[in-house]
Amino acid sequence: MKNKGNLRLLTGNEAIARAAYESGVTVASAYPGTPSTEILENIAKYKEIYCQWSVNEKVALEFASGASIAGARVLVAMKHVGLNVAADPFITLSYTGVNGGLVIVSADDPYMHSSQNEQDNRFYAKFAKVPMLEPSDSQEALDMVKDAFEISERFDTPVLLRTTTRISHSRSLVSTGSRHGSFTGKYVKDARKYVMIPAYGRSRHRIMLQRWEKLEKLSEEVKYHTVYKPAAKEITSDIGIITSGVSYQYAREVFKNIPVLKLNMTNPVARKAITDFASGRRLLIIIEELEPFLEEQVKSLNLKAAIAGKEFFPAYGELGISALEMVYGQLFGTSLFTKSGISIDYPGKYYAEVKDEKQPGEPVVKDITGSMINGLPARPPVLCAGCPHSPVFYVLKKLKAVVMGDIGCYTLSVLPPLDALDSCLCMGAGISQALGMEKADSRLKSRVVSVIGDSTFFHSGITATIDNAYNNGTGLIIVLDNGTTAMTGHQAHPGVGKTLMGDDAPELKPESFAAAAGIKHIKVVDPNKLSELEAVIKEEMERKELSFVVCRRKCVLIEKKKNKVIVTIDQNLCKECGACIKFGCPAIELKNGVYSINGMLCTGCGVCADICRFKAIIIKNIK
Amino acid sequence: MIKTDNNNNIYMMNCEAVSKRCSSSLKNGKILSVLFVGVGGQGIILATAVLAHAAINAGFDVKVSEVHGMAQRGGSVEGSVRLGKKVFSPTISSADLIVALERLEAARYIERLSPGGVLLVNDYEIYPSSGFAQKQCHAPDAGKLLSEATGNFLFINAVEIARKLGRIKVSNIVLTGVLSRFLPFEDDCWMEAVKKNVPKKAININVKAFISGREFFNK
Repeated sequence: MKNKGNLRLLTGNEAIARAAYESGVTVASAYPGTPSTEILENIAKYKEIYCQWSVNEKVALEFASGASIAGARVLVAMKHVGLNVAADPFITLSYTGVNGGLVIVSADDPYMHSSQNEQDNRFYAKFAKVPMLEPSDSQEALDMVKDAFEISERFDTPVLLRTTTRISHSRSLVSTGSRHGSFTGKYVKDARKYVMIPAYGRSRHRIMLQRWEKLEKLSEEVKYHTVYKPAAKEITSDIGIITSGVSYQYAREVFKNIPVLKLNMTNPVARKAITDFASGRRLLIIIEELEPFLEEQVKSLNLKAAIAGKEFFPAYGELGISALEMVYGQLFGTSLFTKSGISIDYPGKYYAEVKDEKQPGEPVVKDITGSMINGLPARPPVLCAGCPHSPVFYVLKKLKAVVMGDIGCYTLSVLPPLDALDSCLCMGAGISQALGMEKADSRLKSRVVSVIGDSTFFHSGITATIDNAYNNGTGLIIVLDNGTTAMTGHQAHPGVGKTLMGDDAPELKPESFAAAAGIKHIKVVDPNKLSELEAVIKEEMERKELSFVVCRRKCVLIEKKKNKVIVTIDQNLCKECGACIKFGCPAIELKNGVYSINGMLCTGCGVCADICRFKAIIIKNIK
Repeated sequence: MIKTDNNNNIYMMNCEAVSKRCSSSLKNGKILSVLFVGVGGQGIILATAVLAHAAINAGFDVKVSEVHGMAQRGGSVEGSVRLGKKVFSPTISSADLIVALERLEAARYIERLSPGGVLLVNDYEIYPSSGFAQKQCHAPDAGKLLSEATGNFLFINAVEIARKLGRIKVSNIVLTGVLSRFLPFEDDCWMEAVKKNVPKKAININVKAFISGREFFNK
């Protein structure tokens, strides 16, 4: 056994957490969001670092900026759409600068493995004129975070570390170091730096622009761009690849014989290094996922070389070996070299037709709506057996409600057979959208309902609720309170009574905020009590005044009390009407025409027994 | 080594030959890609961790890609391990070896198998619950779909083996044990990897499960 004893197999997120530890960070904050969630979860393992889940990413960044002003080194993490929420402090932080180093991690999600969009957050760095580093594996993630703190303090700026799912969630070998104590700065009053009234803001902006010039010089330093020269027999000096992040790894595997300029700092980009690399080359291939962020900047240099970028690589989804192999074929046919060398006038000559929606390398069967494809049934994620959200959507569907939804496990209710969601836009949107629908068309008043989870409610539902109350909404707001932030892995939030670090905390209740907003009709129900749930929802939908209903029952996965029952379907009573199957519980099975309950999956919630109008579903207590 | 599956079809599965082929590929600087597929909750991430650490112990560079979040929600899951002298991409295009913890997922991912690649399938089926509502209650014959695509696959009754050991949950480690016969790592590389990655309280049963898988062909 040849063990690389000093190397550890870490995900990018674990490496980032380790880097925070090694950098002397003492404060960290985040709101859970795939693919960033594990960063704070891992930082929380180091007792030297105070960590918290903030209510949302805006608060997390503002909180972090306060800690930075007080002299601590701080790390904030979020998913890509989280930076949308934090954009307000982010843009102006570029003006105020920092005291203790402030590093913001944006974990983007090309292909939207678990997100509502695949926006390219590199533009945020450009927008704010904040330096940005892009790691291409876990070791770089660790090294770059440590360097980011140095840059942050040396140039008085927040620093953005941008990862993607394949960096955050892939594992590679990392050499770790140690922590040389905590970084401790001191608060120094400086109103001209931290108070952004117009007069001070204007002067900070000019300082920020001067800083930008210094950062441009920094980006030219050797460590911020690496040139890889292949060792192969046939090198082409005519062609070069420019890339960053995980795309660098794909380029190294597929475009084996072509020199690669890997940009480690991607804002600013090192214009001189790019120009030097391009010198003498006739073709530059820009390999990046999503937007032509690097491509446009390279094009602005007006180099002699032709540039192959988004005409070849899609602006949607992830890249990978298959995607690059396809482009390799398009650009060079089967052989990179002809007898007389490469003759490429312009890459457009080799432009292939745009393929269909299928991602190269993706399995053929990937339809989440549940229909059979190629003889195989789809297998989308579903709400768990016993999930307290299922009865709520079952009732809403039955009452023909228009459901403006939100982000969380309950978004899965959109899938068949429940098919009970009309909209899901972003965090907190459902409640505001419902008011919008009501004001646009009063005929919708009795039908529109908004649905939001407990964590999402604290994140951005309170402001939307106030808007409904203040602007005389008449709808029904439903909070699905399962006592946790479930979808991202059961993190705590202000309603749970515990903090990230395990301390006791006050348990805030959504209904308190509804009462504070002056909403008169507030009810709390147990969603597993189906007939009571239906009666309440029906009554509040019909009511011509704003209502707020909290459906409260713990997420079945964290509910410690188990129902000691066995649920079965009596075949003599079963009329095969299919109503139970339409509930969507994975424990209810239909095989060879027989309806049955899978005992291994069933959690004994008993809701299906209330759905069956033939009383064919039997619940038996077991001692 | 001849093995029969539940339908008494005979498959020639010469694991030593595959292992030798892998060994020489690796020596020539090639990267080996192993894909694990199954249903959320079946223990794919643990299986990738065991293989990854066994490869590290054997002196190789390794990258692992995984999908988080499906463990409790019954969705389709894939994870991959790439190993070699130096590995670049964390994700794979085609796989030299596929380990499928579930039959339908094996059929779903079969087109990712490279020519000459080997597919090991847990002879276990979980019908997707979202299919019941479509009244699609007749499960396609996964075995038929697989044999139409390749001859290089093998059904392994890992769930039965695990059940006999007393814990169905260790099926994933049984399959990893079978997989180990197709790769050129020493015993101790695997043993250390298993012990390092499974829950502390369950080391014994997982070691037994791994050995059962490793000895699958000794019948």
